[in-house]
Amino acid sequence: MTHKLSDGGQVLHVGMLARVEGEGGMHIEIHNNVVQSVKLNIFEPPRFYEAFLRGRKYTEPPDITARICGICPVAYQTASVEAIEQICGAETTPEIQAMRRLLYCGEWIESHSLHIFMLHAPDFLGFDSVIEMAADYGDVVEMALRLKKAGNDLMTLVGGRAIHPVNVKVGGFYRMPTKLEMLALRPAIASGLEEAFATIKLVSTFDFPEMEQAYEYVALRHPDYYAIERGTVVSTSGTAFPVREFPDHVKEFHVAHSNALHAQLDGAMYMVGPLARYTLNFAQLSERCKAAAKEAGLGETCRNPFKSIIVRAVELAYAFEEALRIIDEWKDGAAPSVTVTPRAGEGCGASEAPRGTIFHRYVLDAEGVIQDAQIVPPTSQNQPAIEADLREAAQSWVDMDDHDLTHRCEHAIRNYDPCISCATHFLDLRVDRS
Amino acid sequence: MTEAPALPKLAVWKFASCDGCQLTLLNCEDELLTIVGAVNIAYFPEATRAVVAGPYDVSLVEGSITTPEDAERIHEIRSMSRSLVTIGACATAGGIQALRNFGSVAEFRSIVYAHPEYLSTLDRSTPISAHVNVDFELRGCPVDKNQLLEVLASALQSRKPRIPTYSVCVECKRRGNICVTVANGTPCLGPVTQAGCGALCPSFARGCYGCFGPQDSPNMAGFTERLRGLGMSDEDAVRIYRTFNAGAEAFRAESERISPSKEDAAR
Repeated sequence: MTHKLSDGGQVLHVGMLARVEGEGGMHIEIHNNVVQSVKLNIFEPPRFYEAFLRGRKYTEPPDITARICGICPVAYQTASVEAIEQICGAETTPEIQAMRRLLYCGEWIESHSLHIFMLHAPDFLGFDSVIEMAADYGDVVEMALRLKKAGNDLMTLVGGRAIHPVNVKVGGFYRMPTKLEMLALRPAIASGLEEAFATIKLVSTFDFPEMEQAYEYVALRHPDYYAIERGTVVSTSGTAFPVREFPDHVKEFHVAHSNALHAQLDGAMYMVGPLARYTLNFAQLSERCKAAAKEAGLGETCRNPFKSIIVRAVELAYAFEEALRIIDEWKDGAAPSVTVTPRAGEGCGASEAPRGTIFHRYVLDAEGVIQDAQIVPPTSQNQPAIEADLREAAQSWVDMDDHDLTHRCEHAIRNYDPCISCATHFLDLRVDRS
Repeated sequence: MTEAPALPKLAVWKFASCDGCQLTLLNCEDELLTIVGAVNIAYFPEATRAVVAGPYDVSLVEGSITTPEDAERIHEIRSMSRSLVTIGACATAGGIQALRNFGSVAEFRSIVYAHPEYLSTLDRSTPISAHVNVDFELRGCPVDKNQLLEVLASALQSRKPRIPTYSVCVECKRRGNICVTVANGTPCLGPVTQAGCGALCPSFARGCYGCFGPQDSPNMAGFTERLRGLGMSDEDAVRIYRTFNAGAEAFRAESERISPSKEDAAR
């Protein structure tokens, strides 16, 4: 919805943003062709997870925190088990870590293919939804559904189901999938890998609005692999610290127009997500992924948020490669979990959710009862960057008519694949002109 | 579009929730193109910018009511919907956010937010049926894809959906699972929980944790005795009754009956 103000100003307002997870909107005010204010409104109702985690047992966070988000439950499960294992001094085995990564590859595949094709591509191709896209791009939509299904099938194999997997526990898994079960899924993963590379080519042909942002990028880094399930925190300004020091560096703020807390790293805004991971950890991608990225017109860093769709496609291919590697290297017989004995203490866990780094911190008493919990989801951390992009986009394309400008601003928000359900511990889009 | 008016109009609404149940609709990869051929997706913000005005033939409602605005909005949705189906534990029982019903929201708010005065929230998280008439309640955290398709088909065909209300134990027997409680002494909510997941957890060597809420005739007191016999403390029993279906009547009443907390007893 847009309207003119009596003083000649203009308001661009979108009450309910579409094709994002959760409830949010945008409000932009423009006076004399100068953007005055930009707000990403998050009105998703708060659910108070951090409050009701107090008094729960140390074994419960993977099941409970999964429910924060139906799109990225594994991100929550993984960060929570890592934090609790740290408190309890439990060391998991390489096999358990490999299985966590395999499950997480399933979530990256499912979430990235959902966002690339169903939420983001319609902005580039000029459709309201993937449903209308299907009439002109039937083959593409069918490929999208196959890719997404491969991710969901992988999550079902390891986790029992695609939404809120049941097989994750503190210390590992209840049951390890067998090599035979994995091999049954292998052909779908192998053909998904080829279709993921086709996806990189396809999205690289889209028209990308010109916009470069010099944000500080933050992501996890793993010594051996492109970080997914664990790592240490690194940033483009050279900051590096272990996950347990996260509370010393990141502070959250409560602002009036959002039910999601905003975050700052060492007092400054920053950004997490595919662009940050790609820019920080490009060297760890496979040679085939690097070559495909180059062919798609990406450098070793990516500063255009609209090109995040290409980066997601590269990560999609990488997740398929990793899934195949883990399946091929798997040998049956590993213990599904290690014993975790509760003890008093504080611990932090972090993992790379499809939309960026997620942090969990817990304090346990000697019986393993949770005394305090803190969860910092990626969209909270990205809110200031999303608002900065909105300001930049609204100003750069201020000459567009309200309809097109509103759409461009919505597109700028969807670049982040914002997950509002996650961030509210939501989004209302508006543009005011005068 | 000339063909659109002929198709029944489907709307998908969200209240306090994780988006997982509506995502289940998008997760019907093999059926999605058939679904969009059979219905007009008239309102589904997670999937489309396009909005077709009501009234709607079928409204799927996800999430629980937790704010004064939402308590108003659900009445508007009801008045625009021929059939209103609630999907998932949040919409049918209040969800995990119904844990606030056992505590103090003022305290919850101040734990999470520095400026609780910026928030608009109710003291209780309640299911949709506490506010408006509901045509069918589909259980699950999340809902099961095949059950969702059955409910959608039945709503379009104006018939009753075939959704069993017996316990998870029946599914376990059908699947040929060895009982995790009998064989391993693992506490399992299967006997008091409604089927629907396909006995997922016992198939993964763990006890059921109650995603589909209470089955139609659970013997809660007898079940609590069994948990005690397995060595579970009442404190832990309260915890397993109070998760995603904490607000469902049978689980709520039993958790309050055995809760050692005085604050709960006073309610």
